[in-house]
Amino acid sequence: MSGSTASKKKGSKRPAKATPAATEEQCRNWYHQLCLLRRFEEKAAEAYSLGKIGGFCHLYIGQEAVGVGVMASLREDDYIVGSYREHGLALARGVPPRSIMAELYGKADGCSGGKGGSMHLFDADRNFLGGHGIVGGQIPLGTGMAFAAKYHGTDQVSVSFFGEAAANIGSFHESLNMAALWKLPAVYILENNGYGMGTAIARATASMDLFHRAYSYDMEAEAVDGQDVFAVKDAMERAVERARTKSEPTLLEMRTYRYVGHSMSDAAHGTYRTKDEVEEYRKRDPLVIMAAFMKKQGMTDDDGLKAIDDEVKTEVQDAMDYADQSPDPPLEALYTDVYAEGG
Amino acid sequence: MLTLTYRDALNEALREEMQRDDRVFLMGEEVAEYDGAYKVSRGLLKEFGPKRVVDTPIAELGFTGLGVGAAMVGLRPVIEVMTWNFALLAIDQIVNSAAKMRYMSGGQVGVPMVIRGPNGSALQLAAQHSQAFEAWYAHIPGLKVVMPATPADAKGLLKSAIRDDDPVVFMEGEMLYNLKGEVPEGDITVPIGAADVKRTGSDVTIVCHSKTVAQALKAADRLAEENISAEVVDLRTIRPMDTDTIFTSVSKTNRCVVAEEGWPFAGVGAQVVDYIQRNIFDELDAPVIRVTGADVPMPYNKRLEKEARVDPAKIVAAAKRVLYLE
Repeated sequence: MSGSTASKKKGSKRPAKATPAATEEQCRNWYHQLCLLRRFEEKAAEAYSLGKIGGFCHLYIGQEAVGVGVMASLREDDYIVGSYREHGLALARGVPPRSIMAELYGKADGCSGGKGGSMHLFDADRNFLGGHGIVGGQIPLGTGMAFAAKYHGTDQVSVSFFGEAAANIGSFHESLNMAALWKLPAVYILENNGYGMGTAIARATASMDLFHRAYSYDMEAEAVDGQDVFAVKDAMERAVERARTKSEPTLLEMRTYRYVGHSMSDAAHGTYRTKDEVEEYRKRDPLVIMAAFMKKQGMTDDDGLKAIDDEVKTEVQDAMDYADQSPDPPLEALYTDVYAEGG
Repeated sequence: MLTLTYRDALNEALREEMQRDDRVFLMGEEVAEYDGAYKVSRGLLKEFGPKRVVDTPIAELGFTGLGVGAAMVGLRPVIEVMTWNFALLAIDQIVNSAAKMRYMSGGQVGVPMVIRGPNGSALQLAAQHSQAFEAWYAHIPGLKVVMPATPADAKGLLKSAIRDDDPVVFMEGEMLYNLKGEVPEGDITVPIGAADVKRTGSDVTIVCHSKTVAQALKAADRLAEENISAEVVDLRTIRPMDTDTIFTSVSKTNRCVVAEEGWPFAGVGAQVVDYIQRNIFDELDAPVIRVTGADVPMPYNKRLEKEARVDPAKIVAAAKRVLYLE
């Protein structure tokens, strides 16, 4: 779904062309993150096929630029909630790969103590406040965190990630209305990867420009090339600035694509799209786009890029080894954390 | 002691807790400018302003979820649902978000919030507005379910609920708001998870909660006229349930009736009966009998509606049956 970049408020149009202005160090860091998100998910798929990860497992492959570009624009004290496709978001936020992989394995050292799993990654120290498993359920939560920031008078920003299919659920509309009505410092990241499970957006949604929905609530919105870290970061910085200084919300529609199935039980291109379509989108792979930019700028060459990727592969193997060796939670853990005190 | 209505007792609890802790805010439909659909929040907008007493759009799922999110990062929301019938629109956030957050985050993130409003039937409001939902929420680990029957308990329990670090489903009786009673002055709380013996007796125990407490007390008066001494145990909290108080009473009377407004199938009373038979079976001189609302959607017709409800006469009849007098 990578496509046009557009911005509009009450009929006005403003081009939002990406204007890369980044240091070599930043670019290397972002390329490292893009590789980390990609290789981690590949390793998770491998572990899943070996039976080391159970349950549902939704991979982020193809959408990496969104997570990396958004997180690059945030402060440590900002709040983040996501859906169940959140491994990449947690990694981009800085949650250690070891503790994420251990959580996917259901181990005691996992970031949620093995009780959450793939869909419920939490790291309260980093204000990474959950993967949430019910489509759209996290959107009111993120809205509440924005409400709390405003209530406390801080300039924190709350970011809610969700897929394009969630834009058809009531909680999306109820949240956007309240955020605009009460001027909350919220940023809504709609990751439009083209499919709600196996249903193409055109078969589920009457209007294809999902960012237009914000205009019903008198909210700023943009459609963004979600394959390009620079475009994502640019738009995100405008949204964060609006939230932090004016306490106003924004909807960003990130046009992206997932190369893999909805979950591990869904074949790569499934019955609902063609292999050719998937291959076509691979031409705008976020890693390829960033690599091409860095080479063009003379920041690195193929060897330099490979060195970053190799470093990431070691890091991801280390995460897998760590998860392999981490113990299961003790049986007593079954009855803890239900209530604040005691069982 | 002050004499207050149940409504005003709740209002005092809200006011005192909002004075005590500036993290507490009240949010819901018509809570501010309208002073509350049932006037529980009367005067609070004037005292605390629109930042802390917030009128919402009609969007139960949205504003309940907003409350959960605010609670996750340190606020103490009191979310008013105009009635629990409408909270069905919000049940995803109550069950999937509020109740499970602490567990699925491995203990990192709690949800200290209260969701409150009237539960149960009023008069001739028909099927969609006459329902008792406590069994639904009590089924969910992670939630607490609190149901005061008197003004004193309403105030003391709401104060405890607001101070609690877990999500509390606080169910008020739609027909209890005008009930008057003595309420201790000052900062008096009633603990969550403690039942209360509202009347002592020796022949039969009547376990009840919310609206059925007053009905059980009336039934006990009538039984007394026939020299039958009934003990009335008000659960006050459905989850966690105070089984010790139930067991102590039934071990004394050896006979028990459980009365609730809700439907019979998988109701709160079924849980009470299960606890009794598993723990103090040998103390029983008769099977426990349940008195419940009829197993039908509530009809509008007055005569049919009366037939569907629990009333003191039905409790009296059940008490006589467990005493083998009928």
